[in-house]
Amino acid sequence: MKKPDDAFFSRVLMMGNEAAAEAAIRAGCQCYFGYPITPQNELTAYMAKHMPERGRVFIQAESELAAISMVFGASVAGVRSMTSSSSPGISLKQEGISYLAGAQLPAVIINVQRGGPGLGSIDPSQGDYFQATKGGGHGDYHIIVLAPASVQEMHDMTLQAFRLADHYRIPVMILADGRVGQMMEPIRLHEDPPSPAPPKPWALTGAKGRPPQCIRSLFVEEGALEKHNHELQACYRQITAAETKAEETETGDCEWLIAAWGTCARISKGVVRKARAQGIKAGLVRPITLWPFPYERLARLAHQVKALLVVEMNCGQMLEDVRLAVNGVAPVHFSGYPGGRVPTETDVLNALTALALAANRKHSKTI
Amino acid sequence: MKIPKNSYQRPASLTDAAMHYCAGCGHSTVHKLLAEVLDELEIRERTIGVAPVGCAVFAYFYLKCDISEAAHGRTPAVATGIKRALPDRIVFSYQGDGDLAAIGMTETIHTANRGEPITVIFINNTVYGMTGGQMAPTTLVGQQTATSPAGRHPATMGCPIRMCELLNTLDQPYYIERVALDSHAGVVATKKALLTAFQSQVAGKGYSFVEVLSPCPIYFRCSPQKALQFVGREMAAQFPVRIFRKEGVPVHA
Ligand SMILES: Cc1ncc(C[n+]2csc(CCOP(=O)(O)OP(=O)(O)O)c2C)c(N)n1
Ligand code: SF4
Repeated sequence: MKKPDDAFFSRVLMMGNEAAAEAAIRAGCQCYFGYPITPQNELTAYMAKHMPERGRVFIQAESELAAISMVFGASVAGVRSMTSSSSPGISLKQEGISYLAGAQLPAVIINVQRGGPGLGSIDPSQGDYFQATKGGGHGDYHIIVLAPASVQEMHDMTLQAFRLADHYRIPVMILADGRVGQMMEPIRLHEDPPSPAPPKPWALTGAKGRPPQCIRSLFVEEGALEKHNHELQACYRQITAAETKAEETETGDCEWLIAAWGTCARISKGVVRKARAQGIKAGLVRPITLWPFPYERLARLAHQVKALLVVEMNCGQMLEDVRLAVNGVAPVHFSGYPGGRVPTETDVLNALTALALAANRKHSKTI
Repeated sequence: MKIPKNSYQRPASLTDAAMHYCAGCGHSTVHKLLAEVLDELEIRERTIGVAPVGCAVFAYFYLKCDISEAAHGRTPAVATGIKRALPDRIVFSYQGDGDLAAIGMTETIHTANRGEPITVIFINNTVYGMTGGQMAPTTLVGQQTATSPAGRHPATMGCPIRMCELLNTLDQPYYIERVALDSHAGVVATKKALLTAFQSQVAGKGYSFVEVLSPCPIYFRCSPQKALQFVGREMAAQFPVRIFRKEGVPVHA
């Protein structure tokens, strides 16, 4: 009998929120600052238990405004730090995220999205795409946004987020949703030593043996802010060139292309299989980095397909980026679920087959 | 030129930059005192300050220690993050009354309540200096500002908040004192209070808070001399100048 391999035994059953927390610990996160909110509470609770055990910092802050500013402080001091929350709390963190971006400070922020606007619901949602990818706070900036679709990816992407944040000196957001955060799956925890934090000569550690330094986002000297913003943009171009990532499923010969991210992408994978079984040549493109967005890949795919179907748990947010990428080359349709309901494969399959049928009918009429 | 001993000198922790503060402004005096304290305790090289959003945002042009900005009012939260990350460094926040007692009130109270071992320097000048002399949480009743042109009216604008008294209701703070920059004696007392606050931090004790009643002649709309009188008379009448907490124990008036 074949023995199960080591990989099998090193798998553990974990919830998405906890898998992200454990990844942060393994990435060498020294300070975590949070504030309770559903559906990410397990993450904060995990850190409350495991950070002090390792002699690291955990603070339940007085608000998300304070929590993100504590992250700012820890990052100023040169250590890896993180905060997590869900949609309403992330709105409050936008102030600090803008300051982090302006001051070019690394930080990891996890958003386990819930329904909105306002208090919305505690059910899964993808309603914060605009907020995460288009700036969110004030000013001309971007942050890197990663979209996990499984518990394993909650773990992997959180580890990766610390590396990216330090490398580019930029805030990185994990844009998860209540489904990915709360579900349990067997995953492999990373055993390898994490990518160590690079030297941070810019950090404030006391002016010993060097001139005093400051961390700032205020530039009032003539031309200084313009120069600073050009520098930020140059960094964003570098990130776009090196880090843009998308996953493709059956796109080789596909005629009907689904574009979806996170939980909706995972559901859509099953839809592609079922549609192909019915003779519909479906494919899936799933942006993994929501910023930078894979515009070029989508633009190329648009030339080979009959139509695109964007699937999101919102009223059409990534939809706008897909339309920008496709630029009128192919029709872009939308199947949205904004009420906290996670669509089933059948929901999406019905939307896709309706498209294909309508197109065929139109086609036979012209003949 | 040989400088005679005991003469008036620029502290080593102060840069040569000409300060942007208005003539008679309390910020410049406190910067100098702060620099003297960093010199005397020999902590400049392990001190990290957090500047407010307010007239003192450019503190990093004047003080020769590492300094970070913070979002308006989040100053003590940023200081908390730095101190928790580097517990052996000396960390201070420097804040005006808008930064500390209005937009940053929550952070102020909770930082004190956790007893974060940092030093908070609170410049109370009863107005928002940077934005043009608007009403602050500490504006006196009847005081005219850009946003209380007929004078602060308690019925619609509330009354001045006494921060030392408020923080003194908490269990964790280690040292709380209010001083006034109204005279030579007041300047000496301010220096002593700052020294005590930083000494407590160096000794690894808890949270220290120094409130400085400070002149803003521009928005008191008077001469620097009159501004000092306003600090010593009107302000001190509303904000008693004394020690509130010493070595973690409340001091009764
Ligand atoms: C979020 C935010 N709101 C408002 C402002 C505008 N603002 C800048 S300084 C300031 C108040 C400054 O007053 P204070 O804290 O008393 O310091 P002072 O200038 O008197 O020293 C305000 C409201 C800002 N920068 N950020
Ligand atoms: S406006 Fe007031 S607080 Fe600001 S620099 Fe001038 S005198 Fe000082």
